[in-house]
Amino acid sequence: MHHSSKFKIPMGPQHPALKEPESFSIALKGEKIMGVDIRLGYNHRGIEKACEERTFVQDVYLIERVCGICSHSHSTAFVQGVEEIAGLIVPPRAQYIRTLIGELERVHSHLLWLGVAGHEIGFDTLLMYTWRDREIVMDILALLSGNRVNYGMNMIGGVRRNVTEEQAQDILKGVKTLEERTKYYIEVATQETTIIKRLSGVGVLKKDDALRLGAVGPTARASGVEYDVRRNDPYAAYAELDFNVITDTNSDVYGRTIVRVKELLESYKMIRQCLKNLPNGPIAVKAPRKIPAGEAISRYEAPRGEDVHYIKSNGGEKPERVKVRAPTLANIQAVKHMLKDRYLADMPIVVAAIDPCFSCTDRLVSVKGNAGKSKKILTWEALRNYSVEWHQVHGIDFTELSYKFRTKMERF
Amino acid sequence: MRPGKMLREVLKHLFKKPATNMYPAEKLDMPKTYRGKLIFHADKCIGCKLCVRDCPSGAITINKIGEKQFEAVLDLGKCIYCAQCVDSCLKKALEATNDVELAQLDSKKLKVVLGEKSGSSS
Repeated sequence: MHHSSKFKIPMGPQHPALKEPESFSIALKGEKIMGVDIRLGYNHRGIEKACEERTFVQDVYLIERVCGICSHSHSTAFVQGVEEIAGLIVPPRAQYIRTLIGELERVHSHLLWLGVAGHEIGFDTLLMYTWRDREIVMDILALLSGNRVNYGMNMIGGVRRNVTEEQAQDILKGVKTLEERTKYYIEVATQETTIIKRLSGVGVLKKDDALRLGAVGPTARASGVEYDVRRNDPYAAYAELDFNVITDTNSDVYGRTIVRVKELLESYKMIRQCLKNLPNGPIAVKAPRKIPAGEAISRYEAPRGEDVHYIKSNGGEKPERVKVRAPTLANIQAVKHMLKDRYLADMPIVVAAIDPCFSCTDRLVSVKGNAGKSKKILTWEALRNYSVEWHQVHGIDFTELSYKFRTKMERF
Repeated sequence: MRPGKMLREVLKHLFKKPATNMYPAEKLDMPKTYRGKLIFHADKCIGCKLCVRDCPSGAITINKIGEKQFEAVLDLGKCIYCAQCVDSCLKKALEATNDVELAQLDSKKLKVVLGEKSGSSS
């Protein structure tokens, strides 16, 4: 290949580094990345529309399934919004239990990330160790809520499960082991030469750029932006807890690693405080089936960054509009910037460093014509025909298959 | 900065027993709070169908089989095991169990009439 010529390589929709469908079109000059075009939309599930078709009670479970890793984040953000519209006062015990689950979730998410990051840089030992330790926190979550993922802890007006004294002791025991392990990981991250050399200077995002591109969560905090919803706009029980907002000035993938492992320690601190100060009393208040008309924006610091939910009610049993802004959507533009002028080999770890969750991010994409004003709404049948025609033009014939599919569908 | 920081840990693990369990020979206890397959107390059901209304996935149906007698049919394939129906039931006619081994080779067998016990599938 001649050095001056640029060529484009597509990565995805089945991305080799992250088992999620998204597409990167990378313009390369030699080994250097000249520009990246990110295309989302392969995993659009129509959750927002589905929420409008269901009642508020059902939506809590649907919203919880926006993301498998930060399920509690999404459901808490949703119920907080609904509670705000309905004017419900959530009992303090429920607030503390929500915070507790939220922090346990952060622990499991950050440990998961640390493992994935290790895997992306070929340090699979770290993956094995962190994921083994993650089992401890997964077991704690299963103990509290019954499930390892999609805990189903939230309901409108409170939480569904109480925390007993025995469970609290088990949690404290697990957290103690985890804290020891995390201290060891901090030692590894700050001393192991391979990690430092591989991650330093990779995926640099300066403070100004982080602010300009709207980065959130650990990605922004690693660039020195001291912003955390838990501190800046406290929800649940965070206003009563004592914790530090971890920032770092490295502004690269290494900085993001440091921020996340140090945040783990803060989470353990908060879990202990939650259990120590757990107030007595009821864990839920009765919520009305019909939520009064109104709208609310609810913010939540998910492990990956700020999660924003918008809920609008028209006074019925079903919401009129639900909008979810997952943290990855805010961070994805920063990735484009981070990859510029870097080498292709850095791509997996740079993408992984924002801890992306593309399924969470996939929301409605409205396709505009070239003129920019024509908008077309297609029915399901028309959309399928359009897709069949499109593939025919590109040399794949789905007509036979589509006939078979239709006859099969008619039988149902 | 020191290379091979994790080496000691790696060597230590050569002699440890595996962290995984030998399922199905060795089964783990499900947590008490687990929401598995439901059981249905037919004598308590008044047929208000609040469970049907609140089910996020439309998995449960309540059929009238006689005067003040109802049966609950659950589609195990549709059920998301959130146990909202258990919370919604005013008469506590539904209960979640620890039963988790619900896989079937025949998809028709996933639709079950709920009984007082979770073990039997019809």
